[in-house]
Amino acid sequence: MTSILKPPTLVIQNARLSYDKSILFNNLSLTLAGGKWTCLLGPSGVGKSSLLRLIANLSSGSTQISAEITTDTNQPLSELIAYMAQTDLLLPWLNVLENVLLGSRLRGESPAPKEKALALLAEVGLEKALERLPADLSGGMRQRVALVRTLIQDKPIVLMDEPFSALDAITRFKLQNLASHLLRNKTVLLVTHDPLEALRLADDIFIMSGLPATLHSPISLQSPAPRDPASAEVIALQATLFHELTKAHEASL
Amino acid sequence: MNKLSRGLVILSGLILVWEAIVLFFQLPPYILPSPWLVAKSLQLNWHLILTESLPTVIETLLGLLLGVIFGCLAALIMAFFRPARMWMLPVLIISQAIPTFAIAPLLVIWFGFGMASKIVTTIMMLFFPITSAFFDGLRRTDPGWLDLAKTLKATKMQIFWRIRIPAALPSLASGLRVATAIAPIGAVVGEWVGASRGVGYLMMNANARMQIDLMFAALISIILFSLILYFSIDKLLRVAIYWQTEG
Repeated sequence: MTSILKPPTLVIQNARLSYDKSILFNNLSLTLAGGKWTCLLGPSGVGKSSLLRLIANLSSGSTQISAEITTDTNQPLSELIAYMAQTDLLLPWLNVLENVLLGSRLRGESPAPKEKALALLAEVGLEKALERLPADLSGGMRQRVALVRTLIQDKPIVLMDEPFSALDAITRFKLQNLASHLLRNKTVLLVTHDPLEALRLADDIFIMSGLPATLHSPISLQSPAPRDPASAEVIALQATLFHELTKAHEASL
Repeated sequence: MNKLSRGLVILSGLILVWEAIVLFFQLPPYILPSPWLVAKSLQLNWHLILTESLPTVIETLLGLLLGVIFGCLAALIMAFFRPARMWMLPVLIISQAIPTFAIAPLLVIWFGFGMASKIVTTIMMLFFPITSAFFDGLRRTDPGWLDLAKTLKATKMQIFWRIRIPAALPSLASGLRVATAIAPIGAVVGEWVGASRGVGYLMMNANARMQIDLMFAALISIILFSLILYFSIDKLLRVAIYWQTEG
């Protein structure tokens, strides 16, 4: 089981992304510390999602990309990564359980890890919704299904692209707690535009800004996540982070 | 007011308007028979109409079935093989520029007086709506689903069968609804041009003999059949594509 091993550290070097003649970023380097949550903040359009997609080996239209990505394990990167997008991406014709087991269903593997799916779904409070279709679920429930679908892959690295941004404040708060608990001890990259989300969940926060984009030296947090929005550390860093983000916004104009 | 009673109100309204036109303009029965005369003709000729309907129904259903099969195959081939798309799509569009009505006589010469020429006419009329709707659906898969499937390490073939095809089914269904609505037209047009049986043949004969009431009776029976066919297929599609939410 990969989850028992020490979660890998991911080092990205010389990342470059260009389309037509403009360069979104060049020579970008980022280290995702093993077993830690790294949050990526910055103005929209700066290339946060593109960087995440580059790591996930997903193409984004007519772009040219290159990067050197290394880990401290000898497994290929594609074996280590799970991906969670902004929208839940549930297939409308499959019920909750079938959506969770999508990976093995797609690859035509049997038996599917059904026991594990049931246990995880119970953990996120969806044990009574197994047979329901996505259209029948609330936004929060759908994103919890997506979270379980991500977890069941049991990958040590999880890349998340604004997974909670479409939810209302309270649902988002609950899901942040849930994700923080369930993804403990995984190497996580979370792209977000919500500074409070970053402060609640991250071990390291990077700010991306400018064109071509650069990454600012991280803000690191010490207390265990998920943090209370009123905790001393969150409050102490909030002003600094907003200040940095304002500067980042101006740099990208 | 529920669907059924609304339908009945519309129907009786139409019959009233029809009767009113006949009375007001004092039209002779060989121009426009009254609904009463048509009803009488239906009662008198129901056996004849039913017998002549059978070939039309078979032609429609077979044309629909084969048209759907060919249409889906063409869409699948175009979606899966890029070169096929570049060569097939223009051919399909050209084939649609040919008016089916105009070449129906030719089809009778090629495929004979029997059912085959009518089935071919039907296929030609409904092939394109099926292909274009399904092909469109296959091309418009949510890119997020494709990304997800890729990170789940599915192969191209697995993605095609398990994501792109099911995702395209609602589009195929709307093409199928259009095809179902026009399928009986294809069969009747085929019969008009040259046949020895069928409702279209009956209509042409009645027309030539100035039996306009019989012509209307045949027309009503073909409308009835078209409606039953359409609503059955519609119901079937709703059950099969259970996840499609009503707009």
